[in-house]
Amino acid sequence: MSSILVLVHPQPDGSLSRHSLEVLALAKSLGGGDVVVGAVGGAPAIPFEGRVLVVEGEAFTQPRYSTDAAAAQAICEAVKPDVVLAPSTSRWTRCLAGVAQRVGGRIDTHVTALDESLQAMRWYYRQRIEAVLTRTQRPWFLIIESGSSKSVAPVAGTPAAVVKIAVSVSPRTEVSGMVSPQGGGQTIKPEAELLFVAGAGWTKKQKDGRVRAAEAAGLILGFIDRAGASLGSSKSLVDLSGEGVSVLPFLSHLNQVGQTGSTPRHPKGLATCCHGEEPHVVGWRFINERRAVNLDPSCGWARGKADVLYVADAFEVVAKLNELLSR
Amino acid sequence: MSNTYQIVVCAGVVPDPLQTLEPVSGPQGPALKNEMMLPSVLDPWAAHALYEASHLAKTVPGSRIWLVSLAPKAKLQQVLMTVAQKVSFELVALDGPASGFAESYEVAAALASAIETIPGLDKSRLLLFGGWESAARAAGTTLAMIGERLGISEQFQGVDSLQVREDGSFEILERVEGGKHQKSVCSGPPAVFGWATGNLPEPPNNPQTGMQNMRTVMPSLQKAKPIQVAGGATFVSAALPKQQRATRIVKETPVEEIAQEIAAWIRGGGAA
Repeated sequence: MSSILVLVHPQPDGSLSRHSLEVLALAKSLGGGDVVVGAVGGAPAIPFEGRVLVVEGEAFTQPRYSTDAAAAQAICEAVKPDVVLAPSTSRWTRCLAGVAQRVGGRIDTHVTALDESLQAMRWYYRQRIEAVLTRTQRPWFLIIESGSSKSVAPVAGTPAAVVKIAVSVSPRTEVSGMVSPQGGGQTIKPEAELLFVAGAGWTKKQKDGRVRAAEAAGLILGFIDRAGASLGSSKSLVDLSGEGVSVLPFLSHLNQVGQTGSTPRHPKGLATCCHGEEPHVVGWRFINERRAVNLDPSCGWARGKADVLYVADAFEVVAKLNELLSR
Repeated sequence: MSNTYQIVVCAGVVPDPLQTLEPVSGPQGPALKNEMMLPSVLDPWAAHALYEASHLAKTVPGSRIWLVSLAPKAKLQQVLMTVAQKVSFELVALDGPASGFAESYEVAAALASAIETIPGLDKSRLLLFGGWESAARAAGTTLAMIGERLGISEQFQGVDSLQVREDGSFEILERVEGGKHQKSVCSGPPAVFGWATGNLPEPPNNPQTGMQNMRTVMPSLQKAKPIQVAGGATFVSAALPKQQRATRIVKETPVEEIAQEIAAWIRGGGAA
């Protein structure tokens, strides 16, 4: 069996995210292989019976390509793994393709399943084609999506002994912090139970012949606050915002769901004033329960893309919903 | 020292998002049914990279833009008929597969070689642009590998904003978890920027720009070097997801009733 390196970046207190623990459990489940943990930025405070290699220091606390790539490269060269697994965090996604290039490996990202025979499942054409593949080239880097393993590695017990690796770097980039583009309740909330998608119909002429964008904004934000939902948008609505049309100013490209947007993971999704065209709906691939409100009974949602389609005026439905959710 | 930028934009060609895709088995592994017949567009995130490159080049006069693309020549020509009307660039065309199933390691090697051979390219002022993921392979790996092959150690992925500061350094916003942006300052070129959507709308078509671009586009297409992309992965299967749902359509129902059903569903009840 192959030797497997699991790359993680611990929190400041040494704990690992659930996603990292899932990947560690996945590595162990592959069976028979020598599993090594490589940590960048600090030592992981988890019980682990195998080797743990750590690159730490001030320069490695910041998520940054040059330092993360140098650290991961040093760990790979020390371990010489056949397979490298990492959670699909922005930090690993940014640098591991470059690391694979440096160590002569190959890489696959957005892996949603990996079995003992090292057959990996991933999507092509933005969630439209599902493929299972394997490779003989080593090292093989696989960036694993969250939810790919049902179990997580244990966190209680005596922390593993670590071996530190010294890496010299001189980065030209300084990370100065995080920016939240929006304040208040309308932010994207990955942990939310519900995704609420506002489509372009909110900004079109309504049955009274008027554009009611301000009213739409109030209804949408009211719903997001009351339901604790994550706010998504279809591309067309986001494009209108980008072109300076005063529609729903709180929506940016970050809210965009679909082929050129995100593919969020929420248990439930409610689409409103959105036609359910394929480029948007590919972003719903990981939304389990789907409902939609649209005036058109033959829109895309009606063609097997939603569980329930309510043929109704979203203005009226959302106003009533806000009233019900306030109680 | 010159403060101009040499911007190389790597952009592929992908099937129009409105097209129905069906995988078939080909001699080289999976492929798309009637792939050559499908209408194509410039890869959406890479197109945003091109628009951002154009915007940046306009703010720093003397900067140059090259569009480097690996795709079947005929498809590339079709796509460029539109794209060439939007922004000014010089084309470096490679005649090869645009398939999402092509190996990114090999594609990166071909594109990096093509960039290396651009006459007069000053790599110390190089900004390598592209989409952070394609709409075909959707892996986000090719651009980083090209950057490594070109020896560029400062790389950014999921970029939504690039501002040039007075001292020539860059302030960059990259998408990270939780709908946030990571803000970084890079001392300057060379650097790699894998663009997300950015902030610019699609530029309108300008026939004059199109005429100007076509003077270099057509010769470049004519002498596009044929590229063979060797396979890497062994595909066990490639199939459409089984996602068809039995949609219950609720119509001619009072709004009150619909709202109550949705509220119950949100709160954890309500059968589909």
